[in-house]
Amino acid sequence: MSKAKFAMYWAAACGGCSIAVLEIKEKVLEFAEHFDIVFWPVATDFKYKDVEGYEDGFIDLCLFNGAVRNSENEYVAKLLRQKSKVMVAFGACATMGGIPGLANISTAQEIKDLVYTQEPSLDNPDKVYPQETLTVPEGELELPKLYDTVKTLAQTVDVDYFIPGCAPEAHQIWAVLEVVMAALEGKGELPPKGSILGVAPKTCCDECKRVKEEKKVSGFRRIWEFIPDPEQCLLEQGVVCVGPATRAGCGARCTSVGMTCRGCYGPPEGVIDQGAKMLSTLASIIDAPTPEQIAEIAATMPDPLGTFYRFSLPSSMLRRARI
Amino acid sequence: MSTDGFEPRIIGFLCRWCSYNGADLAGTSRMKYPPNMVPIKTNCSGRVDPTHIMKALSEGADGVLIAGCHPGDCHYINGNYRTAGRYPMTELLLEQLGLEPGRVRLEWISAAEGDKFAKTVTEFTEQIRALGPLGWNTMLDAEEAKSA
Repeated sequence: MSKAKFAMYWAAACGGCSIAVLEIKEKVLEFAEHFDIVFWPVATDFKYKDVEGYEDGFIDLCLFNGAVRNSENEYVAKLLRQKSKVMVAFGACATMGGIPGLANISTAQEIKDLVYTQEPSLDNPDKVYPQETLTVPEGELELPKLYDTVKTLAQTVDVDYFIPGCAPEAHQIWAVLEVVMAALEGKGELPPKGSILGVAPKTCCDECKRVKEEKKVSGFRRIWEFIPDPEQCLLEQGVVCVGPATRAGCGARCTSVGMTCRGCYGPPEGVIDQGAKMLSTLASIIDAPTPEQIAEIAATMPDPLGTFYRFSLPSSMLRRARI
Repeated sequence: MSTDGFEPRIIGFLCRWCSYNGADLAGTSRMKYPPNMVPIKTNCSGRVDPTHIMKALSEGADGVLIAGCHPGDCHYINGNYRTAGRYPMTELLLEQLGLEPGRVRLEWISAAEGDKFAKTVTEFTEQIRALGPLGWNTMLDAEEAKSA
């Protein structure tokens, strides 16, 4: 029996998603019984031209991780969409923009200026910038064009399924792979198009084992400023935990080891804009006797954008800073 | 974007118990104020989620007004206290996204303050007119076109 064809790609991302797939450990053998890898730059040596040579729909399952922020990301996203039957936005960056999405507070030029001329550790007196094209005796060399705006995969191509998380948890990845493998062999059906897979209903708080009492805070603290109580809800201790505005599925791993939820599983069912919802939540639990005092405390929130939209700026309503 | 003949588009979220009635009073009292604000009746200013503000701004509004009962007068006891907390935090966030301060405004307007309502809308319209168009949707469309 010929095996199903599997591809995975890494656009604007850290690479953790590819490693996360290997976290399924010995099940990778079972995976290999069902799939032939036909493109996966981290694991195999296929080139873009190999993919270009495949027939449309040749790939049965493509896990695309990473946001789309340059012309190469965009080209490969469109290419893989064309060649794949099932296209999955895999991980926080592909589904929501992720950490690279925070680049949407700047323009491409501002980023290049910082990286190539302003950083204190640089030695670049001639202000040399990378060029998109360079003519050498052998011909013209090209670098991808860096866009001003980081986009999600679904803002670039048609996406069938979404698996959020930074990175997605191994047991969730395996659960999704099992469903897809069964469907490809005619033993089951694929979920409805557009489904968010590898997640649980409700929010991160639902999976968090910490004791939750009354949510009231009289100020905001960061996790390194004090030693948090190991049992009590972190938010109730005044640390900004994005759990209430985050989809469940990870098993609340961060909060179980004393770190706040940063929101990598994205907004829960019914929420469009994760950051706005978290802002709403947090501002509503400020405990002070007068509106003026509440407003004063609210105004001390450090970096609301980076905290509430750490993983979701490109998929938020405003999507980026003003240009 | 040309600012000639610019007419600000303002979305006003008015609480049904106080500010919306304040708007009614301004109307029945024949007070004059600019027609630039589209009022949306909400049950409480505390019902105005930052999502609503962002939706308005992302779809072409130049400014957003939130008006509710004075502190202590909330029909739901403390809904406007939540508004009081959300507003400055939303302002901080919008500033990080490059919006000028003053695009979003919070006012407490009671049902008896038709004059305050008319004055607020007049002032706010002029303030937004001075700031010029926001054009968030135009900017997003342009970004879309760059990498399509």
